[in-house]
Amino acid sequence: MRNTFVSRNACGGDFSRPLAQWATKVAPTAVFAILSIAFVANAQAETVFVTLEKDNALAVVDPIAGKLIKTVEIGQRPRGIAISPDNKFLYVATSDDNTIKIIDAETLKAVGQLPSGEDPETFAINPAGDRLYVSNEDDSLVTVIDIADKKVVKQIKVGVEPEGITASPDNRWVVSASETTNMVHWIDPKTNTIVENTLVDPRPRALGFTPDSQQLWVTSEMAGTLMVLDVKTKQIIKTIPFDVQGVTRDKIQPVGVVIDKDSKRGYVALGPANRVAVINAQTFEVEKYLLVGQRVWNLAFSPDQKRLYTTNGTSNDISIIDLDSQKVTKSVGVGNYPWGVAVKP
Amino acid sequence: MRSINLSLQVTIKFLFIIHLLSVNFVYAGAKQTINIAYLTQEQKVPPPMSNLDAFIKDKGILGAELATDDNNTTGQFTGQQFVLKKFIVPLDGNVVDTFNKAIGDQYPYVVINLPAGQINSVADLPSAKNKLLFDVASIDDALRNEQCRNNVLHLLPNRVMRADALAQYMMKKRWNKWFLVIGATEEDRLFADALRRAAKRFGMKIVEEKTWEHTYDARRTAQSDVAVFSQVDDYDVLVVADEQGLFGEYLEYRTWNARPVIGTQGLVATAWHRTHEQWGSVQIQNRFKEQAGRWMEEQDYAAYLAVRAVGEAATRTQSTEVNRLKDYMLSDAFALQGYKGNPLSFRSWDGQLRQPVLLAAPRSLVAVAPIEGFLHPKTELDTLGYDQPESTCKWSK
Repeated sequence: MRNTFVSRNACGGDFSRPLAQWATKVAPTAVFAILSIAFVANAQAETVFVTLEKDNALAVVDPIAGKLIKTVEIGQRPRGIAISPDNKFLYVATSDDNTIKIIDAETLKAVGQLPSGEDPETFAINPAGDRLYVSNEDDSLVTVIDIADKKVVKQIKVGVEPEGITASPDNRWVVSASETTNMVHWIDPKTNTIVENTLVDPRPRALGFTPDSQQLWVTSEMAGTLMVLDVKTKQIIKTIPFDVQGVTRDKIQPVGVVIDKDSKRGYVALGPANRVAVINAQTFEVEKYLLVGQRVWNLAFSPDQKRLYTTNGTSNDISIIDLDSQKVTKSVGVGNYPWGVAVKP
Repeated sequence: MRSINLSLQVTIKFLFIIHLLSVNFVYAGAKQTINIAYLTQEQKVPPPMSNLDAFIKDKGILGAELATDDNNTTGQFTGQQFVLKKFIVPLDGNVVDTFNKAIGDQYPYVVINLPAGQINSVADLPSAKNKLLFDVASIDDALRNEQCRNNVLHLLPNRVMRADALAQYMMKKRWNKWFLVIGATEEDRLFADALRRAAKRFGMKIVEEKTWEHTYDARRTAQSDVAVFSQVDDYDVLVVADEQGLFGEYLEYRTWNARPVIGTQGLVATAWHRTHEQWGSVQIQNRFKEQAGRWMEEQDYAAYLAVRAVGEAATRTQSTEVNRLKDYMLSDAFALQGYKGNPLSFRSWDGQLRQPVLLAAPRSLVAVAPIEGFLHPKTELDTLGYDQPESTCKWSK
């Protein structure tokens, strides 16, 4: 039995008691089904997929029930994960198989694979859903893949140890961050060439565009900072340091970054600081640090953006953050070394 | 009037854009070349202690080569080219001659992989005055203290940093009573000094101290001699100073009392280790192994960092000029990524690279010092080695 934990708020309260008493007579799964319908009526059914680096598996989580539904064998050392814009397919980088697997998001069966190059870790899908951009860390390359043809379109030379990669919502830019060169490379997706480079703080890890594609947010693992870049000038317009009381500076290693659809708030996973920083996306002030599981790396919103899901690498769970109350409501044990997270509505 | 304003506005905007672009790198046209020399001397192959580890002739150089590749990958975006030239002095050759003649004025940056005794004979040469030298081999404390030179930066943790790292771990484990075993060489005595200093610093007690005077022959030594040798008053941990590895490996499992071995054998303090895989180091371990066909050794790591330090300073300053780069390297702004979590930087008082020290068993990384809980007002990294108030280095910058 995994360490699954459902917060009392979700199924507690006086109102639930008669129901719960009645429910003890029926199968426990039915309790969840009924409680979900009864108390979380406006939440849509959604599924959270988490890659488990050390289990070679994919965890399937019902975040409303706060429950691990199952784990599915997926391939050697799965890390990066994304869902197609039409929500039909999952793409999973199985690093030690040197491929990106295409998984049917309903049946969870592999239906194909993409020629990712060696040791794929992180990748990005363009908004149209027809191109996939992979960082090949050991070869200092970004591989551009045509998803329909399952063919490599181009390999672009970038800096040393490319890691984070993202495509802008307006399809104008693909940006790759190289950890040892300490740069972000601005790739024009029309020509698949680097147009500009910006020097940033050491060991840039992850990046994310604001919904209007006007800003690029970049995390620096070593400086412990978040940098906000203006897309027009490609310049850093703001550097935000993180400072968590009672946590030494070297433990603050920012990784995953996401910004909400209204550009109201951004969220940064702080790695071994075990916190998610909440940043006001207008004033760039850090509003709050939310305590989550250990070594928090990657983040994903629920489709309605009412919740945020975090993968916690060393506590082997995911945390669920309620964004209205800005509180961590649940943690769900998923398996060994949760790495990437994707959400299907 | 309006039109003047408008044109003025346009001009200002244009200048502003130009200004912004100038800081970006759009395949900079004008190329800067940074010449780095790598100087070493062939070594006599030491008598083999066992057949397990083959003698590695090229420790250091492969790290410098990998860093040059990395610098040039970055350089393609910044318009900088890094050239590494190797100078390998034969066994019977003269290092000073090579430095004066072959290296000459062309190379402002010289990575030196030389024994501790030869470093200042190079650093004090008139031709070295306007150069910046990177010592990637010595762990000597005097070279960081009274013997320090302001044109030399030291990449490897020196003996006191290693001893402090070990002592912090022993303190955490409450292994307070040490049995110190010292080899017969001068280097072993120096490491023993560093260990005594660390014991005092961290309140540990050396309950017994012995010099190894038995043979170095495993067949004779291991079972009989060690058991007799280690019959001393009760202690928590055997701390060994045997830098050449002449007898230290025989101690473990053979002491009279069952006690762990730590120091130069058993649990060792090192700048780099093959068991290290945190903080992205798997990536550099892989890249190095692919290129070199062997694991990365300490000197490789030090040479890698030395050449990367030049690269990082050149990228950030957009300069090739030695004083400019040196000032930058010794400033607070300098942060070198060394695959050990914290950013690495140079101590401004003695040119030592401040860095975490790995504590490694042969097949497992046991801890990384500074150990959690050892605090420092500026940076915890300065709990290892000579802090500014203790330093006797007086270099006039």
